[in-house]
Amino acid sequence: MYAALWNLLPGPTWARVLLCAGIGIILLAVCFEYVFPWLSDYMPFNDTTVGN
Amino acid sequence: MFGELLVTVGVLLGLFVVWQLWWTDVEGARTQQQIVADMGWEEPAATDNGPQTAVATEHRDAPPVLDEPAAIGETFAQMYVPRWGSDYLKPIAEGTDKATVLDTIGIGHYVGTEMPGALGNFATAAHRTTYGKPYNKIHELKKQDALVVRTEDTWYVYKVTDSKIVLPQNIEVISTVPGVKPGEPMPEPTQRFITLTTCHPMFSAAQRYIVHGELDYWAPVSEGTPKELLEEQG
Repeated sequence: MYAALWNLLPGPTWARVLLCAGIGIILLAVCFEYVFPWLSDYMPFNDTTVGN
Repeated sequence: MFGELLVTVGVLLGLFVVWQLWWTDVEGARTQQQIVADMGWEEPAATDNGPQTAVATEHRDAPPVLDEPAAIGETFAQMYVPRWGSDYLKPIAEGTDKATVLDTIGIGHYVGTEMPGALGNFATAAHRTTYGKPYNKIHELKKQDALVVRTEDTWYVYKVTDSKIVLPQNIEVISTVPGVKPGEPMPEPTQRFITLTTCHPMFSAAQRYIVHGELDYWAPVSEGTPKELLEEQG
């Protein structure tokens, strides 16, 4: 999976490393901003309210 | 291929933990600081002869009480707790909705409970951990510690009377007279209570840590700052 990604990326090794880092940072940002806040609503430890 | 997938899932789960335990806190503290700044309330009155703030006179008659905000998420007060450090200052908003109040603004006021200074119970909730954790150090509060609530024009200085740990369904802690269970006849309140509620133990929602307090005195902001906010904590 990651080998295929590596082969897909263009350019010399340093460019590929840079691209990988860029993709990683974007994925991290998407996770922190959108995916994790959405996911946290389904976590049992965040279910803090009691119905009346 | 399968191994790589497992490693990826593992890393993502680890990142979720990092986000929940650390990043929500970084973001929450920053947001809450910004909200306090955006409220833009005037500094309390200073003394005539210098830059120090004047010590507010203690009023013990009936304080002015704001009407409860109609909108969930509307900020109407600020909380100072000297025991938690002289820099402790958090906004208080209407409602205890997780997404719009607790995860962002910080301290929430239970809808339908009394407003600061009123006869009855000014009941609040906030996170113990994560999202700026306003009530993180609730276990450090001792009897007689000051809980200072400020609205735009008024200081309300409460003193801690009681701390306890209860189950989440023990909602009588936020009753108009704390301890009166739903369904029981509610006596006419004669005292002005404050209640802090948060999760217990830390990083769990199994129980609730409760702190009750009672109003000691109030003061107009235009007269100065309560002495509790000016002195060092012993």
